[in-house]
Amino acid sequence: MNSSSNLIDALFIFVLACFIGFEVIRRVSPLLHTPLMSLTNALDAIAVVGAIVLVGEHKSTLSAVFGFIAVVAATSNIVGGFFITDRMLKMFKSSRPASKPAANSVAK
Amino acid sequence: MTAEFAGGQVAIELLYLIASVLFIFSLKWMSSPTTARHGIWAGEIGMVLAICGTLLHHGIVDYRLIGIALVLGTIIGVPLGNVAMTAVPQRTALSHAFGALCVTLVGSAEFYLRSPDISRFMMAVLSLEVILGGLTVTGSLMAAGKLQEILPQRPLTYKGQNLVNFALLAGAVVIAITLVRNPGAQSLFPFMILIALAFGVLLIIPIGGADMPTVISLLNGYAGLSAAAMGFVLGSKLLIIAGALDGSSGLILSIIMSKAMNRSFTNVLFGAFGQVQTAHAGGEEAKPIRSATPEEAAAILSAANRVIVVPGYGMAVAQAQHKVRELYDALTKRGVDVRFAIHPVAGRMPGHMNVLLAEADIPYDRLIEMDEINGDFPQTDVALVIGANDVTNPAARSDASSPIYGMPILDVDRSHTVMVIKRSMNPGFAGIDNPLYYLDNTLMLFGDAKAFVGGIVRELGGGHS
Repeated sequence: MNSSSNLIDALFIFVLACFIGFEVIRRVSPLLHTPLMSLTNALDAIAVVGAIVLVGEHKSTLSAVFGFIAVVAATSNIVGGFFITDRMLKMFKSSRPASKPAANSVAK
Repeated sequence: MTAEFAGGQVAIELLYLIASVLFIFSLKWMSSPTTARHGIWAGEIGMVLAICGTLLHHGIVDYRLIGIALVLGTIIGVPLGNVAMTAVPQRTALSHAFGALCVTLVGSAEFYLRSPDISRFMMAVLSLEVILGGLTVTGSLMAAGKLQEILPQRPLTYKGQNLVNFALLAGAVVIAITLVRNPGAQSLFPFMILIALAFGVLLIIPIGGADMPTVISLLNGYAGLSAAAMGFVLGSKLLIIAGALDGSSGLILSIIMSKAMNRSFTNVLFGAFGQVQTAHAGGEEAKPIRSATPEEAAAILSAANRVIVVPGYGMAVAQAQHKVRELYDALTKRGVDVRFAIHPVAGRMPGHMNVLLAEADIPYDRLIEMDEINGDFPQTDVALVIGANDVTNPAARSDASSPIYGMPILDVDRSHTVMVIKRSMNPGFAGIDNPLYYLDNTLMLFGDAKAFVGGIVRELGGGHS
């Protein structure tokens, strides 16, 4: 992991992922910028995997304690982040299917 | 390494690969409200796969503690996912703090486990991780405190503020460089974290409410970049990808927000917020204004063919979105075409107005972005401004001496009649006078947004439908 070729690999992945991120997120409708932020926040909490390994390996008391708090913080982001994103997206409704009858009944 | 372990390792990496792909699809599906909910599923499945894969990790000996932590996090996470929609900006800031806390703690633990056997590059990335993480923790907590109104919302500025901030940052960088050259200097490490934490606090002190959308986006970007740095430290490709996605999302949003406020991105990046808030003290002479009652406003609105509503933070503060929905219903029933013009920095975070109006059941195809709707104002009978100020200020277009000159605005002044619901003639938060209020075609509607819109709805004869 410490060899320089692995670092270069990691840099390649980082740069390419940034390009994908820019291209994908540029296309997100501004309508959904708030849910986008809570979603990326939940995805970002994937950092929990590093914390889980720290707790599980229990190499020192410090690493276990730090890891434990980190797992709690990241898990609350995962659960809360997905939950609120879903709640927000459920609220976004189009007028086309739902309120068509109402629009037609308008006599003007 | 035995063949068995290598096989397990490959399985874990494959799970991580699938999770990465799902994360990218998750964001891709956010491009439209019709597919966005698939995006959540993709994200959730990816997350579960990644966590399961991690639990297979051969070095793990203590599952009990992991279980307790996961349960505890869930217990905290559920109420955080259940907050009222009006509290979403502060919840978002708080979750940036949690994410950054995780990254900072893991980075610190890794440092003490590996020191002094850390390569130069690794130490540099690790320093970046904990500095970015640390300042995001306290910065986000400060932002959340300001949004929740636990902390004073007014920007606090003092002489030499930028100098102090840069000196602190320089101090952190010096420690980082020392550690890169000598990773065994364990006693220096806590100071680097402390400086980063202090820097986060000082970074947010000068920030006012109007700058919050930019700041929240920026903190989002910092949280993502620190997570990507953590991916480098741990050699986790999945984390590098997730961090890069989150980081680029935060940076794109910051760029959009800073453009919408006419700030250069570098200006925003270095935290030089709050400087434009110099009050425009001249022109104190009483200019004539025209005001109207709810009855008069209702009469004008019902005679209109096209109405554009311009919501702002004032609507959120007054919790007027449900009354606005009743107004929308009452006018739509009378055949009036009602649309909503959304300025990118209206409210306290990107997309804030859209979420509030969607919560009030206003169809999303009625919510129109600034660039799309601006050309329609000249053909609009009434522009109804509810709790928005600077984003409608025509001085941004015409008055080169105005502090907001050059900022893109909604051209409400070009519609036939402008109605502005406002508590009083006090200039807004930024202290900038708005010439819109003195135009011949402007009617001021003085009062609380919720009560006033409710009054109009009563006049139109539509209660809750």
